[in-house]
Amino acid sequence: MSEEKKFRWVGTRPIRPDGIDKVTGRANYGADFALPDMLWGKVLRSPHAHARIQSIDLERAKALAGVHAVMTAEDLPDLFAEAAKSNGGHDGFNDLAHNVMARGRVLYHGHAIAAVAATSSAIASQALELIDVEYEPLPHVLDIASAIASDATLVHEDRVTQGVEGAGLSNVANRVQLGHGDPAEGFDLADEVIEREFTTRPVHQGYIEPHACLAQTTPDGRVTLWSSSQGHFMVRDYTAKLLDIDLSLVKVIPAEIGGGFGGKTTVYLEPLAVVLSRKSGRSVKMVMSREEVFRASGPTLGTRIKLKLGATSEGVFTAGEATLHYEGGAFGGSSVMAGCMTIFAPYAFPHVRSTGYDVMVNKPKGAAYRAPGAPMAAFALETVIDEMAERLEVDPVDLRLRNAAKEGTLASFGPRYRRVGCVETLEALRDHPHYSAPLGPHQGRGVAVGFWFNAGLQSSAGVNLNPDGTVTVLSGNPDIGGSRASLALMTAEEFGIEYERVEVVIADTQSIGYTDVTGGSRVTFATGMAVIEAAADVRRQLCERAAVVWEVDAERVVWEDGEARLKGESDQAPLTLAELAQNAGRTGGPISGRAALTARGVGMGFGAHICDVEVDPETGRVEVIRYTAVQDAGRAIHPSYVEGQMQGGAVQGIGWALNEEYVFDSDGKLENPGFLDYRIPVASDVPMIDTVIVEVPNPKHPYGVRGVGEVPIVAPIPAVVNAVYAATGVRFRDLPLSPPKVLAGLDGESAA
Amino acid sequence: MKRHITATIDGEAREFLCDEDQTLLDALRDVLLKTGTKEGCGTGDCGACSVTVDGRLVCACLVLAAEVEGARVETVEGIAQEGVLHPLQRRFLEQAALQCGVCTPGFLVAAKSLLEKNPDPSEKEVRFWLAGNLCRCTGYDKIIRSVLDAAADLRGESG
Amino acid sequence: MARVVLPQALAPRAGGLLEHEVEGRNVRALLAALDARFPGLGAELEGRVAVAIDGEIYNDPLLEAVEPDSEVHFLPRVGGG
Ligand code: FES
Ligand code: FES
Repeated sequence: MSEEKKFRWVGTRPIRPDGIDKVTGRANYGADFALPDMLWGKVLRSPHAHARIQSIDLERAKALAGVHAVMTAEDLPDLFAEAAKSNGGHDGFNDLAHNVMARGRVLYHGHAIAAVAATSSAIASQALELIDVEYEPLPHVLDIASAIASDATLVHEDRVTQGVEGAGLSNVANRVQLGHGDPAEGFDLADEVIEREFTTRPVHQGYIEPHACLAQTTPDGRVTLWSSSQGHFMVRDYTAKLLDIDLSLVKVIPAEIGGGFGGKTTVYLEPLAVVLSRKSGRSVKMVMSREEVFRASGPTLGTRIKLKLGATSEGVFTAGEATLHYEGGAFGGSSVMAGCMTIFAPYAFPHVRSTGYDVMVNKPKGAAYRAPGAPMAAFALETVIDEMAERLEVDPVDLRLRNAAKEGTLASFGPRYRRVGCVETLEALRDHPHYSAPLGPHQGRGVAVGFWFNAGLQSSAGVNLNPDGTVTVLSGNPDIGGSRASLALMTAEEFGIEYERVEVVIADTQSIGYTDVTGGSRVTFATGMAVIEAAADVRRQLCERAAVVWEVDAERVVWEDGEARLKGESDQAPLTLAELAQNAGRTGGPISGRAALTARGVGMGFGAHICDVEVDPETGRVEVIRYTAVQDAGRAIHPSYVEGQMQGGAVQGIGWALNEEYVFDSDGKLENPGFLDYRIPVASDVPMIDTVIVEVPNPKHPYGVRGVGEVPIVAPIPAVVNAVYAATGVRFRDLPLSPPKVLAGLDGESAA
Repeated sequence: MKRHITATIDGEAREFLCDEDQTLLDALRDVLLKTGTKEGCGTGDCGACSVTVDGRLVCACLVLAAEVEGARVETVEGIAQEGVLHPLQRRFLEQAALQCGVCTPGFLVAAKSLLEKNPDPSEKEVRFWLAGNLCRCTGYDKIIRSVLDAAADLRGESG
Repeated sequence: MARVVLPQALAPRAGGLLEHEVEGRNVRALLAALDARFPGLGAELEGRVAVAIDGEIYNDPLLEAVEPDSEVHFLPRVGGG
């Protein structure tokens, strides 16, 4: 499709196909399914951060009237034993198996240890209290400093650091290093060098819908799961793997999903529900409480980043160096790699190096959280750049523009950039009236840039033509933020028909080809690409059918404006999609197209945010009073939902900057496992979030799409923190900027 | 011991059995199979379960089912009348005020109850009234605009 | 020949050099060639990393085509949220 292509549908803002169901209460989310024979499953969780399980006595629970099944890790295949034969035992699935149900030891407070299924949720809860577990408490480790100390208590007794030759037993699961050039040389060339250290606390994705599923099994081994997730193929594959079942026997029906932000790209309940269903011979529904969501799902954990930046007096970056420690929870697997890859990504550096350590601690297993690893990294770099701009006495946006990544820049994470929109995004920010608007007393303004890769991965799509000329599109991606609308818009565009004539169905794992998760900002980009290809397949067939009607060679038929036309001089009236669909039986049978692909040509994404705050000098409370988010979307298919991603990401980031943190007591117990004490932003905390969509089309996508979902959470933390500095003159380097911390900073007590 | 309850729910006379300690939310969802009302926390902190009982906005997770004996309960499922969407529902759709949509039932019920008391709220009043409803997806911007525009619609001030 | 850039951590395994000229039509062939030069290195790379070929990142890159003038970077694998 050429650059000048005029779009009829792309860029418009119609009502999403699933909208009516979602404003009338008809849409079914994870917890909304029920079956007549259904039992309620519940999970018993560890009261210790680290302990050996000496014994589990299930007899009293089993004896309770209404209890139909009880399970422990004994009821799951021991993947470790199997994996140990081939590769030493450590792989993602082995960890996942141990996370869904503890085996031998519990590794964090809230770790699942047993589960029951009973006729009511009240009886199931009662049964949990009748399970007798004997623990031998073990010493635990809760923070990076103690986890990496030489005499640290080990979370796992047998793990050595990957990526380090000859490493001994350690809580560091992995070490990575990347970059180019020689930072020492770069710092020698610098006129100014700033080095700072930053810390962040664990935060939760905070989706409003708790994890939920319903499992049905048959005596011949078939499994049906209704489940809310970011990918029902992921649920199928992970559940089958953990239970050692053939994929063909597991059918996962996607529920509507009430938010995920990366946290629903794994399983917690599904394997347990299947086991309980098999043991009881009944279907089993499991729903996490909010407390369980906080204690045992997600989160992204704490980080410590040391960062050094060098620049010439002209404001050219000469070197960057960072050491990142990210907690990965009880199994490692933190987002530190992505932190290392993104930390210097928005700028050109002749010399750059980042070194990352993935640190195990006795906290829940971390999960992906929107642009995993990048917001903490941006917090470090973008606040140091702010400080550098001040020291060099240059405008912070100009300093960024002088160094911004462009086509051909050697990215800090390795390759050379292709066409990216970092410069255009910064220019749009600089030219926005917000950037030059006056400020009042106790107010300050901050800016920051955010980067995320975006993902391609595998997608399948089907496009079926109905006899009345309407079109049904099949996708394998749960729709979290309006992707049905963007897929329908692209389909309408491809056929040249009305948007309302397209319906998008999220098909179950037996009704569409394999599709990777809704994550990595990939659905509109990658599944969109598959839909466009499947539509092209249908268009080709439509031309062939028209050729049959007209008794001409198919090459003589073109598809234009929603109809087949005969090329050249002709008095044949065009045939519309509806006419061809109606007569499909006569011209060769039903018309349907499909496409399945690994999406190539993913376009990397940049955003830049402006934040104004007002700081109350009496209370230390920071209020965000104005906010503007600018982002390169490549091409906005449905601009409202692009804006929605930008606004939602901005507010999520504001929450991370100002309020949100997991508070653990010294025993490793989470003290604030509820929305009352883990406070996410509410409507009265934030202003309107202004948005500017920049469109630097991704040359590798037919419509120019770049992913948009993750970039918006990267810039808010540093934008807020820089604004607080501008308002107060205090640089904060430990999140969140809660009122007591800000007040202490204002009073000159160790802010940094 | 089950309790027998008679109540008007979304305009319909309903009878049902519930446990003494069962919440209205669980009774709606698990007994009456009205799952339009959502549970986000079960502790009164998220507003996803918002319903009105005799016109009063409450969290259904904090009310016992037994308390609604003889009362009029309204949920998201009763907002559209005879197949016609309420202006709030229409504005939410037109202005993309939902992403995942799980918070939407609660926001609609809470916003409707606001507009019944205050037909011309300021942005600030809307924000404070809806401060008990959490949304993690939208950043609230499009929700607040939709409520303000629906209020104007209801006052007959916009098309 | 394609220009291959290794992760810094693996340079000691490749004669201390980050950059190598390597012959091969796809990533699998590059890895085989690297492995022949530095025994074990190809296998190590295959198990752990993603590849960027001329600026585009591939998470499952074994059979991706490489042009004679391509620049190929090995990097850690990232997912997304
Ligand atoms: S479920 Fe009732 S307030 Fe959250
Ligand atoms: S739209 Fe997802 S929580 Fe509000």
